Amino acid sequence: MNGYAMQAIVRKDIKVVFQNKGVSIPLIAAPLVILVALPAMAFFLGPTLGGMAATDSGSAIVRMAAGLPGLAGYDGAQMMVVYLLVYMMAALYLLLPTIVAVGFAADSFAGEKERKTLEALLYTPTTDWELLLGKLLSAWLPALGVAWGGFLLYTVMANLAAWPVMGRLFFPTTMWVILAVWVAPAVAGLGVGAMVLISSRARTYQEAYQLGGMVAVLIVGLLVLQVSGVMIFSPWLVALLGLLFWAIDAALLWFGRRGFRRSKLATQM
Amino acid sequence: MNSDLAFVTDGLTRHFGEVVAVDHLTLEVQAGEVFGFLGHNGAGKTTTVRLLNGVLAPTSGTAQVLGLAPMEQGPALRRRTGVLTETPSLDERLTGRENLEIYAMLYGVPRREIAARVKELMEVFQLEDRADEKAGDYSKGMKQRLALARALIHRPELLFLDEPTSGLDPVAARLVHDMITHLSHEEERTVFLCTHNLDEAQKLCDRVAVLEHGKLVALGTPAELAAKVGRSQRLELEVARDDEETVLRLLAEAPGVSAHRENGTIVAAGAEWAAIPGLVTSLASAGVRIYRVAPQEASLEDTYFALQHEKEEMS
Repeated sequence: MNGYAMQAIVRKDIKVVFQNKGVSIPLIAAPLVILVALPAMAFFLGPTLGGMAATDSGSAIVRMAAGLPGLAGYDGAQMMVVYLLVYMMAALYLLLPTIVAVGFAADSFAGEKERKTLEALLYTPTTDWELLLGKLLSAWLPALGVAWGGFLLYTVMANLAAWPVMGRLFFPTTMWVILAVWVAPAVAGLGVGAMVLISSRARTYQEAYQLGGMVAVLIVGLLVLQVSGVMIFSPWLVALLGLLFWAIDAALLWFGRRGFRRSKLATQM
Repeated sequence: MNSDLAFVTDGLTRHFGEVVAVDHLTLEVQAGEVFGFLGHNGAGKTTTVRLLNGVLAPTSGTAQVLGLAPMEQGPALRRRTGVLTETPSLDERLTGRENLEIYAMLYGVPRREIAARVKELMEVFQLEDRADEKAGDYSKGMKQRLALARALIHRPELLFLDEPTSGLDPVAARLVHDMITHLSHEEERTVFLCTHNLDEAQKLCDRVAVLEHGKLVALGTPAELAAKVGRSQRLELEVARDDEETVLRLLAEAPGVSAHRENGTIVAAGAEWAAIPGLVTSLASAGVRIYRVAPQEASLEDTYFALQHEKEEMS
């Protein structure tokens, strides 16, 4: 395995994406909105929701928050803050690696085809597998970086936002640690695997990116299930979800490797 | 495979659906020669380069390049070949230097040698002043030179150049020509030059092959091809001014010959080499005062068009 060449592909792809403001700005803006702006909202909404919990114990949101596991001993305001910052944000957090993975991966093949840079890459002494793996890594590693960096940033933001209500450090919870360490890399892999399959067939970055949006729909589905109370994230459920995503990743990688031929790409140039 | 051969193909064929891009190409290219691959756009030149580098699988036929089978031993082969693609295929969002550094890594140039090699190529191709600017800001000629530098970054034994001077100004084209001559004569590399620039092929190539609709229609040195066509395409005549009209009339009567005035001489085109003495005798017999007769050797361009003309007549 030619790790040196794969390192070159990763370096090239990451540099190229960051030079394109149309791609890099949304990739930076999305984490900031999700990880900074939303906790800040919780800071302002927490006391209001706490007051709501005290006066309107029959409302759906209050009933849902009260039914969450591990919230015994919290008062109304604390319960609402934990509900918002721990449970509501969990599925939203998974959107981050998805967005980054899809953005980078869409650029990896379709973007290269669009910029007419793919041909020179096909003439390099990489094997088809090294080329594919290099491309996968160049989208997966930034997604992983954003997921883990985002997790650290969110840990700070969530504790800061909740401090007036909680009065102590309460984050990360076990469920969030599993989410960040086990599930987020798998979700990134899902986005990358699906996108490489899509973008090796799509002709433009936009076409690939739009098709890749389907992966984000899956995560939004999780968010809807979570918000509607149909599926509440617990450490066990999150661990199982991670296992499911890793299994899908393995299947995508298997299909990707089977179908990936530079000669097939060459016919599309 | 003979070690003096850079590559050999036997019946190499590639179809794209109904279209035959390369049609039973059988060819031998000697190590160290500059081999011209001539043909108009869509003749199958680029497809041939892809087949020879294991980037595209042939529909049928075989190839051995530097002793290796392109499809089965592609990575090992591509480590020893360099390709200048028809479009420069540069990452325009990266600087010139970054483009070379990344491809040096991709071609396995040791990390400690990369900086020196990039610097050397930047100097050779006169890009050192703009090395840290984005390639997208380069002129067309600079991009082409950068792409050529990239093709040479790993010092390949066999270099495929696909239309290397297409769209370049004469100064930039001259630099590329000088570089090709240097690579061939000084460094003994084999150069496979795909071009539709016939002057370029005549100037640089030891041998040329003419490809049409994927088929090899002629192969040899430029002189051999001219001889094969068997025709002196240009015959310059200097005669007494009073006799010029007579000469033009008599030449026009000769089969396949057309004549016109050009810079004070009469130029006849299309005369068979063997027919020249007869033509001159007939002019002299008609009382034409002849001061000079100069048959011009057919240029590759003349040969190329003559081959096409022959093919049209045959069909």
